[in-house]
Amino acid sequence: MITLEFLYRLMGILTGATAVINLRDAANPNRIWNAAFWGLWSVSFLFGTYLPDLASGALILGMVAVATIRGVRSPGAESTTITERVASARRWGNRLFLPALAVPIITLLANATIGHIRIGGVALVEPKQVTLVSLGIATLLSLAIGMLMLRPPLRAPFTEARRLLDAVGWAAMLPQLLAALGAVFAAAGVGKVVSTLAASWIPSGAPLLSVIAYTVGMALLTMLMGNAFAAFPVMTLGIGLPILMTSMHGDPTIIAAIGMLSGFCGTLMTPMAANFNLVPVALLDLPDRYAVIRAQVPTALLLLMVNTALIYFLAFPR
Amino acid sequence: MLVLSGLLVVVLGFAFRLNPLLVVTCAGIVTGLAGGLGLVKTLSTLGHAFTESRYVAIVWLVLPVIGLLERAGLKERARDVVMRMQGATTGRVLLAYLALRQATAALGLVSLGGHPQMVRPLIAPMAEGAAERDIADLDDATRHSIRAHAAAVDNIGVFFGEDIFIAIGSILLIKGVMEQAGIRVLPTELAVWAIPTAIAAFVIHGARLLLFDRRLRARRSLAP
Repeated sequence: MITLEFLYRLMGILTGATAVINLRDAANPNRIWNAAFWGLWSVSFLFGTYLPDLASGALILGMVAVATIRGVRSPGAESTTITERVASARRWGNRLFLPALAVPIITLLANATIGHIRIGGVALVEPKQVTLVSLGIATLLSLAIGMLMLRPPLRAPFTEARRLLDAVGWAAMLPQLLAALGAVFAAAGVGKVVSTLAASWIPSGAPLLSVIAYTVGMALLTMLMGNAFAAFPVMTLGIGLPILMTSMHGDPTIIAAIGMLSGFCGTLMTPMAANFNLVPVALLDLPDRYAVIRAQVPTALLLLMVNTALIYFLAFPR
Repeated sequence: MLVLSGLLVVVLGFAFRLNPLLVVTCAGIVTGLAGGLGLVKTLSTLGHAFTESRYVAIVWLVLPVIGLLERAGLKERARDVVMRMQGATTGRVLLAYLALRQATAALGLVSLGGHPQMVRPLIAPMAEGAAERDIADLDDATRHSIRAHAAAVDNIGVFFGEDIFIAIGSILLIKGVMEQAGIRVLPTELAVWAIPTAIAAFVIHGARLLLFDRRLRARRSLAP
């Protein structure tokens, strides 16, 4: 049965190769530190399942120390010159889009089919992980298509992946670390404390204020926790249910649906949602760490107002 | 109350622009200690959660094929295609992607997008290419702002499209939380009530993209 472990092996190979290529790159003065960062992550991917939790914790500390003290620095060299790339782009034309578009298309096809495949009564893919395994399969097949089409040197996928990973740097690991932080918050009962606080600070009387407390509260808590899924139960059970739905007789479906979308407005405004807001900054080589958030804030604030108005005007009996 | 100190670390750390990895790790350790776990148990909890969250990093598996195509001139081709398109401007390219991303996400096709696989190799070069055609010497600040908008469109499109699809994670979470509170809500109705916000998101952000175009044009007319 194919499980997530298969994908972790692939990630382990990818980060491990990145470490080795860095280590052998005499032109990069930061090579040892880059290699240490990717190497430690590789250990976590390859052996994380068998390592004691404390050792995994130590791996995190090691990676964070490298990232904070020395950073992960890209040598910044492209493997082909701009002239070569323009010539190649002219030669291949729109066929270049094919392997790139194959990734989502194969993901969708695999997602719809591999869950049903059974060999000797055993599912080929762990049922809960079909989506992620589909993505993994799609990246492998698209890479095969690209290799067959372009016929680059065999080590090109690794040297190119290393170029991109070095360019993204430590930000590549941030979403995973934030997910771990969420789990620690949950274990320490942060959500419970916040919901008690929210319930004790109830705006009394004015219906509009209560609606604002819920929608803006969803956005703010999402900004703190980094995702709306963590904020939703806290705010909905703390304010939405007792006040908007019970004492004000609001429609639960409308309030809950738009409440979640108010949380999404918060996601657009917080560095805690690193995979959406900080990772693209690294991927697109932007000097301002909060550039993407800045581009999103006006839309997020206007939408938050719209959401508040939608609940206020549509969710309550007139 | 003390367990909230981790949140305080997060807010201060990001406000002072410290390295986010350091901020998040410190927040985790502070929260664990404040919750009475002790240092060893805290580190173990963090390590365990980190190992269990490895699936989050799987998006990076797409890098070898994207890198390979970039090496062969994918970005240059994307730019070229747009430059030959009559009437393609930065704002219109991004508006078209916003519509596509929202529509496909509403059908549950959330994997048709994303920053590593779509924005970096295709959408950002296209948006930049459209501006390059109109403005001969595009300055770096403008270039960066175009790229940031390309990333923003991907986020806004997927966030305010996916909830129209009934089997998406957030709809299932809403249903689960409400059921625990003894209230039955139907995924189909939740999805219907995501539509007004989705339309508002398209109108608001679409208008901003067209205004962005006007700012770019104004910059061009200022140039000598």
